[in-house]
Amino acid sequence: MRLKITAVTAGVLGAALAVAGCGSTGNVSSNSSTPTASGASSVGFGSANQALCSDTGNTKPDYTNTIGTIAGGAKTITGAGSTFVAPMMSDWIKAYNQATGVQVTYSSIGSGGGVHQIQANTVNFGDSDVGITPAEIAAAKGPILQIPLLLGAVVPAYNLPGIPAGLKFTGNVLGEIYAGKITNWDDPALKALNPGVNLPNMAIAVVHRSDGSGTTGIWTNYLTKESPTWVSTLGGPSKSQGKVVAWPVGIGGKGNEGVSGVVSQTTGALGYLESDYAIAQHITYGQVENKSGKFIEPCLGTIPQAVDGVTFPPSLNTSLTDGSNPDVYPITGTTYAMVYEHQASRAAAAALINFFAWVLTTGQNMNASLYYAPLGPALQQLALGQLKKITVNGQPLVK
Amino acid sequence: MASRSSSSGAGAVQPAGIRLHGTRRLGDRVFRGGVSAAAALVVILLAAIAVFLIGQGWPALRHYGVFSFLASDRWAPSDATAASTHPNPYGILQFIYGTALTSVIGMLIALPVAVAAGLFITQYAPAWLRRPLSYLVDLLAAVPSVVYGFWGIFALIPALHPVVNFLIPTLGGIPGIGVVFAGPFFGVSYFAAGVVLAIMVLPIVTAICREVFATAPADEKEAALALGMTRWEMIRLAVLRRSRSGIIGAAILGLGRAIGETIAVTMVIGNSVLSITKSIFGQGATLSSVIANEFTEAVEPYHFQSLFVVAAWLLVIAVVVNIAGRFVTRQTRGGLV
Amino acid sequence: MITVRPHAPTASHVPGLARRHATDRAMTVLLAVAVLVTIAVLAWVLVYVAAQGLKYLGPGFFTSTPPGNPATVGGGYANGIIGSLIIVGIATVISVPIGIAAAVAVTEYGGRLAAVTGFLTDVLVGVPTIVIGAFIWVIWVDRFGFSALAASAALAIVMLPLVIRASAEMLRLVPDVLREASAALGVTRARTIISVVLPTALSGLITGVMLAVARAMGETAPVLLTTLNDQFVQVNPAKPMTTLSLQIFTDAITGFRAAQARAWAGALTLIGIVLIFAIGARLVSRRASSIT
Repeated sequence: MRLKITAVTAGVLGAALAVAGCGSTGNVSSNSSTPTASGASSVGFGSANQALCSDTGNTKPDYTNTIGTIAGGAKTITGAGSTFVAPMMSDWIKAYNQATGVQVTYSSIGSGGGVHQIQANTVNFGDSDVGITPAEIAAAKGPILQIPLLLGAVVPAYNLPGIPAGLKFTGNVLGEIYAGKITNWDDPALKALNPGVNLPNMAIAVVHRSDGSGTTGIWTNYLTKESPTWVSTLGGPSKSQGKVVAWPVGIGGKGNEGVSGVVSQTTGALGYLESDYAIAQHITYGQVENKSGKFIEPCLGTIPQAVDGVTFPPSLNTSLTDGSNPDVYPITGTTYAMVYEHQASRAAAAALINFFAWVLTTGQNMNASLYYAPLGPALQQLALGQLKKITVNGQPLVK
Repeated sequence: MASRSSSSGAGAVQPAGIRLHGTRRLGDRVFRGGVSAAAALVVILLAAIAVFLIGQGWPALRHYGVFSFLASDRWAPSDATAASTHPNPYGILQFIYGTALTSVIGMLIALPVAVAAGLFITQYAPAWLRRPLSYLVDLLAAVPSVVYGFWGIFALIPALHPVVNFLIPTLGGIPGIGVVFAGPFFGVSYFAAGVVLAIMVLPIVTAICREVFATAPADEKEAALALGMTRWEMIRLAVLRRSRSGIIGAAILGLGRAIGETIAVTMVIGNSVLSITKSIFGQGATLSSVIANEFTEAVEPYHFQSLFVVAAWLLVIAVVVNIAGRFVTRQTRGGLV
Repeated sequence: MITVRPHAPTASHVPGLARRHATDRAMTVLLAVAVLVTIAVLAWVLVYVAAQGLKYLGPGFFTSTPPGNPATVGGGYANGIIGSLIIVGIATVISVPIGIAAAVAVTEYGGRLAAVTGFLTDVLVGVPTIVIGAFIWVIWVDRFGFSALAASAALAIVMLPLVIRASAEMLRLVPDVLREASAALGVTRARTIISVVLPTALSGLITGVMLAVARAMGETAPVLLTTLNDQFVQVNPAKPMTTLSLQIFTDAITGFRAAQARAWAGALTLIGIVLIFAIGARLVSRRASSIT
C-alpha cells in the first residue's frame, strides 16, 4: 500500500521529468542585462533622443577617496530600504565584498521600509529615495544623516504587444491616467500625443506600488508639479505626493520588482519603474515631456542634468524632478542612505563610513553599467561631507 | 492522586495504599509541575498574543475611537496627520469585505466538490481505493502557500481568462447585480484569490466530510437499500440527511482556514487598498494581505498601530470562526480534544 | 400457499424506476468526476511546478547563492535551504519538548488545566500565521532586530499546537494496561510516563513532529515579518537569515525571468522537502501500526 502511494507521487513527478528534461543551473533564457551598445536608444524615441542617448559622457568619474579607510570596522553590516537602488546596491556589495571581505546585507523592502527600520534601529543603514522628513527623524532614536548615492530615472513602462518603445507622455496625461480619468489606451489624449502609433482599444491596467516607496515619491512629486487633475483628485498637493498615496485606481505591486512583474504579466499594463528594472526585463517604456517642452528619453545622457541649478539644503534632501535644463529627463531622482549621526558602536560606524566612502568614489564608476548616472562632482563632495559628520562618543571618526 | 476525567480519557489511576519513597514522590511532583507549566504556556501564549496586539494598536484605538475603524472602508495612510482624529483614515471595512468575499468564493467552490469527493470515497469507492484517494486529496494540503501563489500567477490566472471573459458579458449584463461582475479583468482579483483559496481549503473540508460520512450507521444504509432505494437515494436519506451539521461544521472550519491565509492571497489579489472594489473581478485586499504588504514600512502617523488593529480584528474573526466550526463538528463527531 | 417469485423490480413494473436509475448513474458519475477533478488539480500543480523547476534545477542550485542583482542569470538558494533547516531546526527544538510535555499534561494528568489547554490548542491552530509574525515582531524584533531566532520563535508557535494535538492522540492510543502494570510494579507516575508511555508512543510522536516540521518549512508569512532576505549564507542564529520560502516569495513576484527561474527551482525543492517529511511521517506511522 505504501509503496503504491510513493509510486503514485513519484510517478507524477517522473512524468514531469520526462516532459521537461533535466536542467542545469544556468540553463535559462534570461532577459539579459547587458546593455545594447551602452544605452543606445531605439528608433521609437526619435533622432534627437538618439543623439542625446548615444553620448554616454562622463560615465566613469574616477573620484578619489579623500576619506581613506578607518581601521577596526565591523565585518558585517545590514541595510534595508529602497528597491530603486537595489540592483546597484547589490553590485556594489558584491564588488566591495571582493575588495575588502566585508559583508553588507541589504534587503530590498521599499523606501518606507528603509525609513521604518532605521527609525527602529533594526538595521545599520536605511535607504530611501525621498530621504527622511523632519517628522520621521523626530520619531527615530536620534538625528539622521542623508547621503545621496546615485542618480536614476523613473520611467513609464507599458505592456502593449506590437507597440514599440518611445510612446510619448506628458505629465498631465500620466496624472489623468493614474487618477482614473483616462481609462483606455486609445483615448484621444494619448492618440494626440502619438499620431503615428496604432494604439489598441484596450483598458489601461494601471500599476502602482503597494508598499511605501521612494520611487512613488519621485513619480508623484512629478505628477503633482505637472498634473492639476492628479492634485485635485487626490485632494491637494500634500496628499498627492509621498511614499504612500491613496491610489484611486490600479493594481499594487510590491517593490519595483513586483511592479515590473505585474507589468510583464498583464497585457495593457502601465506602470512606473526605475529604469534598470524596465531595461533588464525588456519592458518597453516611453518618453516624457520636460519643462522645456521637449519629449526626452530617460538615459545616461539626460539624467545628470537634473541637478543643474538645484540648491541643496544642509540635509541634502530635495526634489530633482522637472529640471530646468532643456535636455533633462523630468522624472529623475536620487536615493539617500540614512545613518544615525551619533553611532553607538565604533566598529559599526567605521564599517559604514568605509563602505559609503567606497560607494561614493570607486562605486560610482559602476553606476553606468546598470543605467544609473553617477553623482556629479558637486553633489558627490556634499555627500562625502555627510560622512565626516558621523561621531562616536562625541568624536567624529573622520579627521 | 489524579482521577479519570472525561477530557483526558486515558488518565492512569494510582492504586491506593501504595507507599512511595519520599524522593520519588518529589520527582513525581517536579515532573507534574513541569508538564503543567508546559500546558500553561499555551494559555499564556494566547493571552500574550491578544494582549500585545491590542497593546500595540491601542494608541490608534484611543486616538480615533475603537469603532471608527469599522465605520469606514477608506484606507488612506497618506491622509493621516498626527493631530486630526476625524475622519479615521484607516477604515478597515474593505479588508473585512475582501477577507469575507475571497473566503466565501473559496467555500462556494470547494464545499460541493469536497462533499462529492467525500461521498465518493466513503460510499462508492472499493475498500482498497479509499486510502490512496484520501491520501491524494490530503496531499493538496502539503503544498506550501507560496507555491500556490506562484502557480496561481503563472498557471491558474492565464487559465481563468477565458472563463472570466465568458462570465463578464453574461453576468455583467444582469441589471442590478451586474456591477459585481463587471470588467475589466486583469488577472489579479478577488476572484482569482477565491479560486486559489478553494484549492487550499479543499483537503481539510474533504477530510472532515469523509469522517462524517464514514460514521453513517451501516444498518440504516442497508435498510434503505432493502426497501428498494437506489444507491444515490440511500445516500441522500441515510448519509446526507444526518450529516448536515457535520457538513456545516466542515464548511465553517474551511472558512476559518481561508480567513487566515496570507501569502497565496497577496500574490493574486491585486493589492488595491483604497476602498471596496465593487466587481469581484477587480483588485482588492484582505486583512492578512494588507498586514503582509505594509507592515515593515508603515511610517505615517498611526499607520503601524492601525495595522495592529487590523491584526487584532483578524485574530478575533479567525478564532471565532474556528471555535464555531469546532463546536459544530464536535456535536457530530463526539469529541476530539 | 403464496408463491413468491423473487425478481428484481424492472422499469415496466415500477413507475419512475428508470428515471431513478438514471439519476443514480448520473450521480455516481458526478461524484467520481469530483474526485477526478480534485486529483487533476493536484497533478496540475505538481506537474507544473516540477516542469518549471526542472528547467533550472541542477546540483549547482543547492551549492550557490543568489546573485545580488535579480536580473543576473545563475546562482541558487543554498543560503535559503541552509537557513530553512537551521530556523526550522531551532523551532523544532523549542516546540517539541514543550509540545510533548503539554500533551502529557493533557492526557496523563487531566483536570481543568488540561481541558483549557486542549481547547486553547485548537484555538492556537486557527490563529493566522501573519498574526503570529506580528506578535514576535512586537516582543522580539522591535528590541533585538531581525534574526533567525525571531523567525524560529514564530515558527515554534506555529508548530506547537500541531505537536500537542498529534502527541495527545498518540498518547491516548497507548493501552492503559501498560500503565496499570507499571503502577503495579511500584513505578511512580513520572517514571511510568517517561519509561513506558512515551517510548510506546514514540513512532507516533515522531510522525506528529515530522508533519509539524513539514508545515513549518512551507511557512512564509511569519518569516516575512521576523527576518530579512539577503544573498549570503548565514549560520549565526542571532543574525538575519533567509529561508527557502522567503526567497521563493521575493523572487516569484519579480518580472525578472532569471529570478523566476530560481524561484521555480526553489518551489520544486520546497515541495520536495515537504513531501519527504510528509511521506516519511506516514511511513513511520504505518510501520509502527504494523508492529503493534
